[in-house]
Amino acid sequence: MSNTTEKTYTRSHEPIFWGLFGAGGMLTAFLTPVMILITGILIPLGLIDSKHLSYEKVHLFATSWYGAAIVLVLVALPLWHTLHRIYHALHDLGIKRGRDLQQVFCYGFAFAVSIFVFTLLLQMF
Amino acid sequence: MNASTITIDILRYRPEMDEKPFTQSYEVPYSADLSVLESLQYIKDHLDSTVSFRWSCRMAICGSCGMMVNGVPKLGCKVFLRDYYPKKVTLAPLANFPIERDLVVVMDDFIDKLESVKPYLIPEKEKDLATGPHQQTPLQMEKFKQFSMCINCGLCYAACPQYALDKKFTGPAALALLARYNRDSRDNGEAERMKIVNQEEGVWGCTFVGYCSVVCPKDVDPAAAIQLLKVDSSKDYLIGMFKPD
Amino acid sequence: MSKRKPYVRELPIDWWLKNAFYTKYMIREGSSLFITLYSLILAWGVFRLSQGEAAFNAWMAALHHPFSIILHLIALALALYHTVTWFSLAPKAIALWIKGKRLPDKFIIAGHYGAFVVVSIFCLIIITL
Ligand code: SF4
Ligand code: FES
Repeated sequence: MSNTTEKTYTRSHEPIFWGLFGAGGMLTAFLTPVMILITGILIPLGLIDSKHLSYEKVHLFATSWYGAAIVLVLVALPLWHTLHRIYHALHDLGIKRGRDLQQVFCYGFAFAVSIFVFTLLLQMF
Repeated sequence: MNASTITIDILRYRPEMDEKPFTQSYEVPYSADLSVLESLQYIKDHLDSTVSFRWSCRMAICGSCGMMVNGVPKLGCKVFLRDYYPKKVTLAPLANFPIERDLVVVMDDFIDKLESVKPYLIPEKEKDLATGPHQQTPLQMEKFKQFSMCINCGLCYAACPQYALDKKFTGPAALALLARYNRDSRDNGEAERMKIVNQEEGVWGCTFVGYCSVVCPKDVDPAAAIQLLKVDSSKDYLIGMFKPD
Repeated sequence: MSKRKPYVRELPIDWWLKNAFYTKYMIREGSSLFITLYSLILAWGVFRLSQGEAAFNAWMAALHHPFSIILHLIALALALYHTVTWFSLAPKAIALWIKGKRLPDKFIIAGHYGAFVVVSIFCLIIITL
């Protein structure tokens, strides 16, 4: 059963998604805990004064070109990480039907939210 | 009571008479220096000669005696009853492989996977004998040595849920073996092997569960090999975008 | 005639609950659900920001709700779990060779934690400036 004829190999496009997954995962690992701590816990509990995240301050930041870029990355990039994981977790859970559709939905979701945030930031400029 | 005993449950399957596997219990005299493999040999010699299992070296080098010990893939000769006593020991054939009989599994797919990665040196050009051996420095050898320590026991395949979910996945040991040749300074077959790596069922079937590296009795760390190959594959992908072949 | 009849065991659908290592893996993957949710909360915040001051303040007020705080506490725990697992796996993709030896994993991991602490403190300071 030695096969002397060369098999045909199909290249996967996973590297694109894996690259985004890795970048998002790195960002999430370093920054998400402290971001959650600030916006979701310390400010609501009053341990950091909410004036530090006032409308003027945030608006000023988000309408500068670098601020907008930072906001976009902080909000959107983690999604490319998490939706990649969710897509693969669906496979782990044994949901075999409609893998193509699952893929379109997962990465499409990350893409849609990225565009949504991008458009909002552009609009505010 | 001078002689204490330990209970060993074995998942048995005799293809000529059983529809499906069932558990059978044995009482074995306990001693701290008895390996699980030796306890199986005790059972075969004294209690039930019909129990089947594979072994050869008894020293964690041949890779024959892989089995599930209390649900974890282990080499029978490398785990001891003292690790479990006084609790009972439950033995089952390696997970993710079809059961041939009792603790013996069908490893054909595993062997095919190993063969599929071109696990041999592909030199740039044939050297004739007169020019002497291929030279390699210790440093060059260090780059792949870890990945060459595999004993083909199959424990990592039994530990891998991605292989369990999709038998097309090339799997840990084969990919570590592939990395071993790709990293060998005497080899020039990387371009050929990257085609295998780049596929969905190559490295991209892996979600880095990481259990393969935990159970590997030889510290091959196949998960690391796959991770490095993912980086290689991503570079290959980028190059491929600009320079399609 | 061959008596061979290999028996194939089915993978139980709850395989990841049967082994603590797999369960931890699934928690790691599951952390992404809460991190997704957090990103959506932020995206919503950007949306409200674009609608003006009143809208933004309403978004901020919603974050003060006890339910929101509990949600963020869970998200924080899972995000930290992601951080820990990410750092422990990071060295696997890095093969740094220094003087013929591969840089030991623990140095790379320690470096990640060091940077994590610095970045976190930096963020806490910069927000209160
Ligand atoms: S990589 Fe380790 S666990 Fe896998 S077959 Fe080789 S020695 Fe066994
Ligand atoms: S008998 Fe050889 S590895 Fe256990």
